[in-house]
Parts: sequence; structure tokens; C-alpha cells
Amino acid sequence: MDEKRIVRSELRWVFVVAAAVTLMLVVIVATTLANALHPPSNVETIDPATLHIAGEFTEANLGTQENADGTVTVRLIATQYAFVPRCLPVPEGRPVSIRVTSPDVIHGFIVAGTNANTMVVPGFVAELTTEFDEPGDHLMPCHEYCGLGHSNMWAVLRVVPEEEWIPDANGRMTCELVP
Amino acid sequence: MNSSPNRLVAAHIWVAFIAFAVAAVMGAWQMLVRSPIDAPLETAETYFVSVTGHGALMAYVLPTLFVMGFGYYVAMTALKQPLPGLRWAWAGFYIAAIGIVMAVVTVLSGQATVLYTFYPPLTGSVFFYLGVLLVVVGSWIWVAVMITAMMKWKRANPGAAVPLAMFATVANAILWLWTTAGVGAELLFQVLPASLGWTDSIDAGLARTLFSWTLHAIVYFWLMPAYIAFYTILPKVAGGRLYSDTMGRVSFILFLLYSLPVGMHHLFMDPEHGSGFKFLQMMLTALVTVPTLLTIFTIGASLEIAARLRGGKGLFGWVRALPWDRPMVLAAGFSFIMLGFGGFGGLINMSYAMNSMIHNTSWVTAHFHLIFGGSVVIMYFAIAYHIWPKLTGREARSLTPIRVQLWLWFVGIVITSFPWHILGLFGQPRRVSSFDFANPEIAYWGPWTTVSAIGGFIMLAGAALFVWNLATLYRGAAADRTMSYAMAVHQPREVPRVLNGFGLWNTLVAVLMIVAYAWPIAQFFFLDTYPAPVQRVDVGG
Ligand code: HEM
Ligand SMILES: [Cu+2]
Ligand SMILES: [Cu+2]
Repeated sequence: MDEKRIVRSELRWVFVVAAAVTLMLVVIVATTLANALHPPSNVETIDPATLHIAGEFTEANLGTQENADGTVTVRLIATQYAFVPRCLPVPEGRPVSIRVTSPDVIHGFIVAGTNANTMVVPGFVAELTTEFDEPGDHLMPCHEYCGLGHSNMWAVLRVVPEEEWIPDANGRMTCELVP
Repeated sequence: MNSSPNRLVAAHIWVAFIAFAVAAVMGAWQMLVRSPIDAPLETAETYFVSVTGHGALMAYVLPTLFVMGFGYYVAMTALKQPLPGLRWAWAGFYIAAIGIVMAVVTVLSGQATVLYTFYPPLTGSVFFYLGVLLVVVGSWIWVAVMITAMMKWKRANPGAAVPLAMFATVANAILWLWTTAGVGAELLFQVLPASLGWTDSIDAGLARTLFSWTLHAIVYFWLMPAYIAFYTILPKVAGGRLYSDTMGRVSFILFLLYSLPVGMHHLFMDPEHGSGFKFLQMMLTALVTVPTLLTIFTIGASLEIAARLRGGKGLFGWVRALPWDRPMVLAAGFSFIMLGFGGFGGLINMSYAMNSMIHNTSWVTAHFHLIFGGSVVIMYFAIAYHIWPKLTGREARSLTPIRVQLWLWFVGIVITSFPWHILGLFGQPRRVSSFDFANPEIAYWGPWTTVSAIGGFIMLAGAALFVWNLATLYRGAAADRTMSYAMAVHQPREVPRVLNGFGLWNTLVAVLMIVAYAWPIAQFFFLDTYPAPVQRVDVGG
């Protein structure tokens, strides 16, 4: 085997590898754009020390809100060791924006079995927009270690079929957990 | 083990594997706690103490001490010159050892239950962080010794090609220096002041960003010994030659370049960064696959040479002609299989959007146990088995316990990590101590978790047999102590300067890091950020 042949075979392989990697990137970029999938990247700051006193995340504002255009916004707080509120109703098959932040430490937000997923970092509001197509209760465990009570930090996201979706006069919707 | 340099190597490797064995016991117990089976001492507190210990021992102590010990060995045997700064090396060892004891005692006493990733504003006892920092300081001494050894050799052998094993080891040393800068800055400027009570708030977003700087590159630091063995030991043990020395050098340089400016792929799901830099680093991440694929080709070709020399035939039939009874070859075979599965999973992690399905689920834990615990650690075993006769002067009495051990580890990893991946797709979060399997929504997770726990105990058996083998097996015939590395088909006497040193590549790393990280870090000083109150886990409720 002479050296030239070895180098040639390596270069051929480099070419194959480069092509494969390029193809992979194209697929990733294309699917991301086509599905408009955007992980939370809004870079919006908030003071964790005062968020319960004034502004968007005071207790009265938390929960599910139907907006004038029919879209829905859910505001919640992840705090040691619970999500507030603990039950989140959302309509089936409509765009839902979830806005979540933390007054204390880092938490995680995931709706099991869906792509609704974000870190919750104190000092920042995480926002993600998605649709839920499967009616029923979905578990919502905190997925980042936040202290010894972390394993018990679970909430429920309840996907409500359109015909049962009846918000109150202010567009608010709540739900109760069956114990 | 008669001479002091050999004792230095053995001391590092023993500390690495004792830490590993302790952590393996913790891991198996954690498996039980997460499963529907009852475990002794099961509480949230004991669980997270254990996960902190397991993570820190497996991710920091095992690889760092192993890489150091193996690096010293390579520097002496590949360069065939005495180790410069032997005293310094011992000092580094003791500094690291003190750090390990300090960190472990602090964790076990429940004063630093913050997990190995720290994630402030949670803050534990300062002795945990100082302990980790001491391990890093010890490893910096190793970096200095590695660089000095190479420079000294180059002066004595002007123009000659640095042996590939040493070239790769120095690439890893430089990579490590860059890698530790992120977590080092986080510890020095944010975490230590908080744990000393000097500050009462901490910028959590900045801390995560600095940690991400370290978090991907450290994986390549862990991986390098395995790749060094693939290129410079395996072809020889298999009875052949390395296909191309040049491609080896190129791959190690690419690892150095592309494992650093990609750490933000750990922050895809974080709100403190915009999509621009997330996307940029995802693109760069894709490039890390290039050196891995190059390695697979070069090593595949090297093994084919060996197999054909042994009479192997056919397009793929030659694989059967390889000497699978030799531990190094068997381990490399397992390693490649696990790398194959793991690489596939990694593509999912890496893609910007699919990541949201599995971020922080058991999928991730499964993934790195497969790649790191599997592909990489099985090569640590193989390297230790390979150099032990040369360190002790005795051959193994029998290779059977070694083969059994490698099989146990491989089977254990597969049985552990396959169900774990599936649980991740179901949405099972990681770092959760117990699940309410009575809840009908997750009851079906139970059996999968149990299977995975069984795999964990098979791994534990593999870990125990490994330590037993190292301690008792090497009492056979007198062994040849000379360590020789694989020759390339065309063993170069000289190589172009750029392939014989790191000046240019270091500069390029600096440029890439500025492009990838300057703004993501600087933004915290321009934005109106609000630090979060420090929360101590070690004092009071
Ligand atoms: C007997 C073998 C092993 C068993 C049974 C085992 C089991 C586990 C379990 C149950 C967890 C906790 C999962 C969670 O709570 O999310 C874990 C975490 C971890 N393991 Fe292992 N493991 C083993 C070996 C290894 C090896 C060889 C490595 C690497 C060299 C490793 C590295 C880690 C790391 C870095 C974590 C993450 C800790 C964290 O989330 O903070 N493990 N392991
Ligand atoms: Cu949590
Ligand atoms: Cu990474």
C-alpha cells in the first residue's frame, strides 16, 4: 500500500463524512423552520425578589387566560416545591403560550410526552408556544434538581376538548386536581 | 511496582478506580430507589447525597485521575525519556487527593447536596467547591508536566515527529486547560464568594453559561484516553498497523478545535440566551462528528489490515479473523458497538428541536451512561489491563476473568440504558428520587425501571470484578515491561510543523471561543439582569 493511496482513500471518506454532516444539518434546519419549533429564547429578565409583589406574575394573574384573538396564555411560577397553579387547563388544538419564571432557584418545566420543555431560571421569564392535541391530564414534573423536595414537585396540564372549553367572562379558566 | 515513576502512574489509576467502585455502589442503590423495589435507607436526602457523590466521583474524579495517570505513563513510554518534574507530579497527585477527600466528606455529611453540576443559587459548604477546585489544580500541574515533557523531547529531537500517543495526550492537556476555564471562573467569581457568605445573590444565567463552557469539552477530555488507545495501542494488539498517522493527528486537532465552542447546546432549553447563538453552536456541534467518523474509518482500516494479515477474507468476513480473545480487542469491539448506539442518540440530543422531547429526561442519563460509562470506561478498563503487567512486572494468571468482566460491563450497560432511553421518551424526568407508581399515568414506567435496575446490578458486578482483577490477577509469569505503541503503515519520521505542535491551533481555539462565547457571556453585563438570592443547603432549614 503506498502512501498516496492511503491519503486518497482517507480524503474520499472525508468527503463522504462532510456530505453526511451537511445533509444532517440541512434536515435539522429545514424541520426546525417548517415546524416553527422554537425553544424558549426570549431573553426577558425579571426580578425574582419582587415578582410576587407587582407585575405580571402576581397571584391574581397566574393561571390560564384566553386572549381576545382566541389564543391562550398560561402564566405560572415554579417555586420550591410546587408549581403555582398546580392544575393548568388548556384548550385542545389551539396555540398556547406558556410563560414561567422562578422566585428562588432553577427549576425545569416539561409536559410529559410532548415537546413542551424549558428550563426555569430565576431572573428570566421562559416563554414557549405550542399546541396540545391529546385531551386529558398530562403530568408536569419539575425536571431540574431544585432541592430535597424536588421529587415531589409535580403539576398537571389538562387538555380540554373544545366543547368543554368555557372560560369565564374575563377569559379565565381554572381546574381542580382530583386528589 | 519498584520504581517511583511507575508508582506515580499506579497511584493515580488506583485512586481513579477506587472512586469508581464506590460510585458504582451508589449508582446501583440509586437504581433501586428509583424503581418500584424498596431500597434500604431510602429518603430524598440520602438519594440526592448519593447522586451528588456518584456524579462528582464518576464525572470528576475517575476520568481526571485516570487521564493524569495514563498521561504520565505515555509521556515516559512514548517519548522514552524520564518524566520531567516528577516531584511536581507527585505534588499534583497529593493536592488532588486532598481535594477528593475534602469533597467526599463534605458531600457525605450532607453539607453540599447540590449535585455535581452546582447550579447556583443553590449553594453548599465551601469545602465541597474547594475540594473540586483542588482536583482541578492538581490536574493543571499535570498539564504543565505534559507540555514540558513534549517541549523537552522536541529540543532533544529537532524536527522529529512527536509520537502520536504523546501528541494526542498533549492535545488533551491543552483541551483540558481551556475546558476548566469556564467552571473555574464560575467557582472563583460566583460560587466561592457565595459559599463564603461574601455575596448574597448570584446571577444564575451567567453561572449556567460559564458551566456550559466546560460541560461539552469535558466529555472529550474523558473520551481522549479511549481514542488514544484506538489509534496507538489497539492496532498493535490486533496484530496490524495504524492505517494513517496523519489522520490521527488531524482527528486530535479537530477534537481540540470543535469540542470547545459548542457547550451552549446544553442550553438549548434555557431562557437566558437567544436563538442566534444557540443555532450557531448547534452548527459547530455537528462538526464534532467529523473527527469521530474519521476515527471510525481509520481504526476500521487498521483492524482490517490486522485481520487480513491473520488470513481474514471477504468484504466484511475479515472481522471474524480478529483476535477477539485479547482483552483490548474485545473491549474495543464493545466500545464501538456502544458508540454506534450512543452516537445515534446523540444526534437527537444535538438537533435544536428534537432536543425538546428529551431534555432533562432519563434519555439523557441513559445516553451518557452508554457513551461515557460504556464506550469510554470500558476502554479505561482495557488500558489498565494492558499496562498492568508492565507496571507490576507480572502477567495475568488467566485472561478468562478479564473477558468475563468486559462482558458483564457491556451486557450491564445495554440492559441498563435501553429501558432508560425509553423511559426518557415517555417523559420520565432525571434526578428524581422516587416515583408514585400507584398513579395510573405512570404505572407503566415501573417494569421498565425495574429492568434497568437489574442492568445496574450487572454493571456493579462488572465494577467489582474489575477491581478484584486489578488487585489479584497479576501474579503470573514475569512480564516484559517495555510498552510499545502501534506503528503506522507509513511511520513518519517528520511531519509538517502544524501537525507537530499546537501554537496555531491554540490561536484558532481562542478565535472560535471569542466568536462562540464572547457575547453570550458579555450580555449579562449589558442586560438588566437580576441576580437570584443565594440559597444555602448546608446551614439551617
Ligand atoms: C454500576 C454502574 C452504574 C450505575 C448502576 C449507575 C446508576 C446511576 C443512576 C441511578 C443515576 C441517577 C439518575 C438520576 O437520578 O437522574 C446516575 C447518575 C449519573 N451517573 Fe451513573 N451509574 C453507574 C455508572 C456510572 C459510570 C461508569 C459513570 C461515568 C463514568 C456514571 C456517571 C453518572 C453521572 C455523571 C450521573 C449524573 C448525576 C447527576 O444527574 O447529577 N455512572 N447513575
Ligand atoms: Cu425541581
Ligand atoms: Cu455536550
